[in-house]
Amino acid sequence: MTARPVLSAPPAIERHTISILVDNEPGVLARVIGLFSGRGYNIESLTVAEVDRDATLSRITIVTTGTPMIIEQIKAQLGRLVPVHRVHDLTMEGPFVERETALVKVAGTGEKRVEALRLADVFKARVVDATITSFVFEITGQGEELDRFIGLMAELGLVGVSRTGVVAMSRGPGGI
Amino acid sequence: MSAATSETSLTGADIVLKALRDQGVEVIFGYPGGAVLPIYDALFQQNDIRHILVRHEQAALHAAEGYARSTGKVGVVLVTSGPGATNAVTGLADALMDSIPIVCLSGQVATHLIGNDAFQECDTTGITRPCTKHNYLVKDVNNLARTLHEAFYVAKNGRPGPVVIDIPKDVQFAEGTYRSPADSMPKSYRPQVKPDLNRVEEAIDLLAKAKRPIFYVGGGVINAGPVASQLLTQFVRMTGYPCTTTLMGLGAFPASDRQWLGMLGMHGTYEANLAMHGCDVMVCIGARFDDRVTGKVSEFSPNSVKIHVDIDPSSINKNVRVDVPIVGDAAHVLEDMIRIWKARGKQPDKAALAQWWEQIEFWRARDCLRYEKTSKVIKPQFALERLRAAISGRDDVFITTEVGQHQMWAAQFLPFDRPNHWMTSGGLGTMGYGLPAAIGAQVAHPDALCIDVAGEASILMNIQEMATALQYRLPVKVFILNNQYMGMVRQWQELLHGGRYSESYSEALPDFVKLADAFGGVGLRATEVGQVDDVINEMISIRRPVIVDMCVDPKENCFPMIPGGRAHNEMLLGPDEKVENATPEDGMVLV
Ligand SMILES: Cc1cc2nc3c(=O)[nH]c(=O)nc-3n(C[C@H](O)[C@H](O)[C@H](O)COP(=O)(O)OP(=O)(O)OC[C@H]3O[C@@H](n4cnc5c(N)ncnc54)[C@H](O)[C@@H]3O)c2cc1C
Ligand SMILES: Cc1ncc(C[n+]2csc(CCOP(=O)(O)OP(=O)(O)O)c2C)c(N)n1
Ligand SMILES: [Mg+2]
Repeated sequence: MTARPVLSAPPAIERHTISILVDNEPGVLARVIGLFSGRGYNIESLTVAEVDRDATLSRITIVTTGTPMIIEQIKAQLGRLVPVHRVHDLTMEGPFVERETALVKVAGTGEKRVEALRLADVFKARVVDATITSFVFEITGQGEELDRFIGLMAELGLVGVSRTGVVAMSRGPGGI
Repeated sequence: MSAATSETSLTGADIVLKALRDQGVEVIFGYPGGAVLPIYDALFQQNDIRHILVRHEQAALHAAEGYARSTGKVGVVLVTSGPGATNAVTGLADALMDSIPIVCLSGQVATHLIGNDAFQECDTTGITRPCTKHNYLVKDVNNLARTLHEAFYVAKNGRPGPVVIDIPKDVQFAEGTYRSPADSMPKSYRPQVKPDLNRVEEAIDLLAKAKRPIFYVGGGVINAGPVASQLLTQFVRMTGYPCTTTLMGLGAFPASDRQWLGMLGMHGTYEANLAMHGCDVMVCIGARFDDRVTGKVSEFSPNSVKIHVDIDPSSINKNVRVDVPIVGDAAHVLEDMIRIWKARGKQPDKAALAQWWEQIEFWRARDCLRYEKTSKVIKPQFALERLRAAISGRDDVFITTEVGQHQMWAAQFLPFDRPNHWMTSGGLGTMGYGLPAAIGAQVAHPDALCIDVAGEASILMNIQEMATALQYRLPVKVFILNNQYMGMVRQWQELLHGGRYSESYSEALPDFVKLADAFGGVGLRATEVGQVDDVINEMISIRRPVIVDMCVDPKENCFPMIPGGRAHNEMLLGPDEKVENATPEDGMVLV
């Protein structure tokens, strides 16, 4: 029979992307956020928007971290909220794509301005606003890619950043 | 408006009453105020639903809990906005922790005033969100009926819990259409009640091969209805295995059965805790591995395979990792377990089981609940033993408690042979629970004997409910084990804080006999052993509310006890055991 050893090393912290289909009703986001803050779970990123107007369904995508036992708890706790239809742990359920968009404002002139534009090109960021002294870039990609781009812009006159948070979806034809 | 539609068009207040009737509600517990006057007016004009006027909204919740736990029905509460709703919060949190089905209606300021800091406005759904299973704010009268029916569905299905419906005053006045319960199901909430049979097979295999098995049974079996307790009893007897129950599970298995080891956990019996520690297969049914039960988690039952039956997936693998999780309703799962055990022709390992019982009887022989016999001063345990003798053989006795040492002694010394006759605040540990809960039980069972085993400190937290008992001629008994201390606090201060009794002495106590009299009830007092039986018999014979002031030994402590942060095999059995270092340093922070 399985003797359970006394825990010695703390279990590893994992990062999971969780996709939740909920009724789009007042208070549903507060319920989800309250669950995370009330039980001391981490939220690295959270996005929400209506995805089916007729059925008034929204999708919430949460990136969270925790031990395997905590991640399991998070999913069980989400699952028992009344307006929650389905909880999917994308990290566990096979390959998935994860994207985030950022708007990045950079101000400057001369060489720095030229360099910012050149790097934006390398990162496939689009210029969505331009003045003589500034750009707003739109960049979409993985979180780390955005981090790197923003890090570089910091040296070239970064004024501000606005990020959407992560949205995600499983690969292949299967739906949720 | 055509005649046909006007027939189904009702005011919001009438919709509330009609929905309650359609849900089979007979009694509601409440307290009026400006924001619920239309509902009170509708109540006034009908006779199907009885309203019990409490004296504090917290008590309305506890009374509804007592009503619900003693009947298996949903308890219903009506409170006003603002302070009415905030007073209800403790009771909601209590019902959430103990999985009690409650529907609580609260009044709210008119829709157009919400958010304006209107008179007696508070964000009721915001405040109650973390202490309810679910809550609603109804802004459209046409959603009112559906929401009410859905609330009952949510409160009683899956893991039961409290649900709040906040109803603005204009919605109570507005006219709208009624919908029946049948077409008001929630869109998404469908808890799993039938288990995965492969898991049940796996569990039965493990159980049949076990050499040192144990059933660890909790309040979930009571939630699953009396049939679950019957099935449990049948299955435990079929196997011949030992069974222990949590504080919330008392009564799920007959206390008079030899196979019952008593309650487990912090103040559980020696034999139950050591059997949990030493077992090789544990079947947990409807219990949640609470910290009061497990003690030090890393040393909890270190060598067992664990099977866990629970209707709430979030209870599984929360505190303790288990090997065979079974999601489902306890009654369904037990039925499947019995069927599969029989179908597979399973037999317990007789030789191993005999040895296991021999070991358990050896532990049982320690007689861990024994206490010093005295000739004059009343030991609290003695008072409860005499109460037990006085009620033995009766099946119409409902016991509630407050919180503290008296609660633990009641759990240890009173006999619970059937479910739904024991009501206590386990998860939240709410002082002030017992008297209103006894009132709720008495409302449901007018001829029964409903006794609140109380402490002199706790009882003062909802003593005003004596007036409720008098008003409705509810002959509840308040059995105070008066030790003049917040005994449980004092015991911890002895164990952890060098005996410095900071603020735990019950100073300036009222004269409880006169207090009973002032409310219009009867007060009785016993100060020495010779008076105990007479007082108990008199209490039972009086068909009116009674307060008994049982003056007990002020220094008695509750044993056995597993100090915070200790394992099951590190129990203190009595006052003579060394208390220094009883609690390891990392245990100090635990409550
Ligand atoms: C001063 C004090 C001391 C205490 N000391 C002790 C002690 O020594 N020992 C002790 O046991 N407790 C003690 N308690 C109580 C303790 O805090 C917990 O409340 C209690 O242990 C929980 O009981 P439970 O595990 O049976 O779960 P409950 O709180 O009754 O929860 C029920 C479980 O069953 C599940 N469930 C619900 N419905 C169903 C269904 N239909 N089918 C299947 N599963 C279902 C729920 O999801 C939940 O997991 C003490 C409390 C106080 C205030
Ligand atoms: C509302 C509330 N406040 C505080 C506590 C903490 N507490 C637990 S037991 C206890 C003392 C109870 O004293 P008493 O009712 O006299 O019972 P005894 O332990 O003496 O039997 C206190 C203060 C609590 N459980 N509930
Ligand atoms: Mg006391």
